[in-house]
Amino acid sequence: MKKILTAIFTASVIAFSSPAVFSTEEVVLTNNGGVPSLRSLVEVSDVNKAEALKKVPREQHLIDRNYVQQPPLIPHSIRGYQVNLNANKCLSCHSFKNAGAMGATKVSVTHFITREGTTLSDVSPRRYFCLQCHVTQADAKPLVDNTFIPVDSLR
Amino acid sequence: MLKLLKRLWVIMKSPSTASFGFILVIGFLGGIIFWGGFNTGMEATNTEAFCSGCHAPIVKEIRETIHYSNRSGVRAICSDCHVPHKWTDKIVRKVQASKELFAFAIGTIDTDEKFKARRAHLANREWQRMKENNSQECRNCHQFEYMDFSEQGKRSVSQHSTALASGDKTCVDCHKGIAHQLPDMKGIEGWQ
Ligand code: HEC
Ligand code: HEC
Ligand code: HEC
Ligand code: HEC
Repeated sequence: MKKILTAIFTASVIAFSSPAVFSTEEVVLTNNGGVPSLRSLVEVSDVNKAEALKKVPREQHLIDRNYVQQPPLIPHSIRGYQVNLNANKCLSCHSFKNAGAMGATKVSVTHFITREGTTLSDVSPRRYFCLQCHVTQADAKPLVDNTFIPVDSLR
Repeated sequence: MLKLLKRLWVIMKSPSTASFGFILVIGFLGGIIFWGGFNTGMEATNTEAFCSGCHAPIVKEIRETIHYSNRSGVRAICSDCHVPHKWTDKIVRKVQASKELFAFAIGTIDTDEKFKARRAHLANREWQRMKENNSQECRNCHQFEYMDFSEQGKRSVSQHSTALASGDKTCVDCHKGIAHQLPDMKGIEGWQ
């Protein structure tokens, strides 16, 4: 009899205490609904651990374009390169004048066209800030799978 | 007062009773102290804190450049690039720098606006100086003979093994703005 009573008592203690544990956990998970996002299973209000910065390789192979009209990607590091009102380090290698001597790809002539459609004798102001469209690529694993397939002409 | 000076002169003029050796030692020590003080003065004027007194905006900019923060933790400070190592060149540069004191007194770069306006002129003078000494200050740390092309990037090698190796160009011809924001580069060779 004593044994049965103890068993019932223990069972009821467990039964009453465990839902309490579960319910606090549920509260913790309500904000993200328990669904891991790109920043993993972290509360909206919490700051998760910062990822280490990805390194841009000093040099890599030319990177294929994925779609027509895609600005080509920069295949080298650009640390310390100044592109501002005073100077444009990109053009010191990629301008028509310098590309030959530096062995670099020439800037496209489409970059000489202003938004009104007139062709200038040099890079148009709207194309002057190269890094608006051209960016470097770090050696990083894609965060999500991508099933995009380039059109045939680019493959 | 005059009498005292006269007496001092008489003492100095008459042959001393002190031994010759003693005088030599005193002279030697005096020399060391003078030389030490002179060199300490030269060193003190080589620190970044000293330069920042007048070049505060420049010291701020340099923080993001390769010679301030990098993977190996080796730094180049102002004097490494702007004060020659060779003793004679150093004295010449320091005397030239006395001219900066004059410029400082009349305030050629004491506001941001004045500095901005004069920057191109100063940068050009510095490029000219480094061109004339074949970028000696860069070469004090970076010696061409010890560059391992297999470790350098493709772009580096294609320029270093040609124009640099042949002596056609020197470091500052290609590496302008390595430590500072550039002034207006219109009309500078190799720029837009
Ligand atoms: C007393 C203030 C003062 C100090 C300290 C000072 N400078 Fe200058 N510096 C000036 C002024 C003013 C100019 C501008 C000269 C002119 O307008 O012609 C100048 C110009 C320069 C230039 C331009 C080159 C040239 O030919 O004019 C360099 C490089 C330079 N300073 C480096 C340094 C370095 C490195 C230090 C520290 C070792 C330093 N300065 C310390 C006041 C100073
Ligand atoms: C890695 C070498 C290097 C270091 C370190 C360096 N400089 Fe320079 N400095 C240069 C070169 C090269 C120029 C010529 C202009 C240019 O290319 O930016 C220059 C130009 C200058 C000028 C002329 C004005 C200008 O902005 O072009 C001043 C003033 C100057 N430096 C001061 C300093 C001071 C102060 C420091 C320390 C905080 C310093 N430099 C550190 C290489 C260096
Ligand atoms: C006090 C020594 C010293 C002096 C003087 C010096 N450098 Fe450097 N420089 C270094 C060191 C150390 C590194 C490499 C830092 C690293 O990558 O860890 C470096 C890196 C560089 C780089 C590589 C930049 C990059 O993004 O990888 C260039 C370019 C360069 N220096 C050019 C110059 C030029 C031009 C001068 C002369 C105006 C000069 N250096 C003067 C020590 C020096
Ligand atoms: C003819 C042009 C030219 C000359 C002259 C030149 N360089 Fe370079 N250097 C380059 C180019 C282009 C790069 C690669 C692009 C970049 O880093 O901006 C480079 C890269 C470098 C690097 C990084 C190397 C790497 O790939 O890790 C160092 C360090 C360097 N240069 C130092 C020097 C020094 C020191 C001198 C003078 C003894 C010098 N360079 C002269 C064009 C030149």
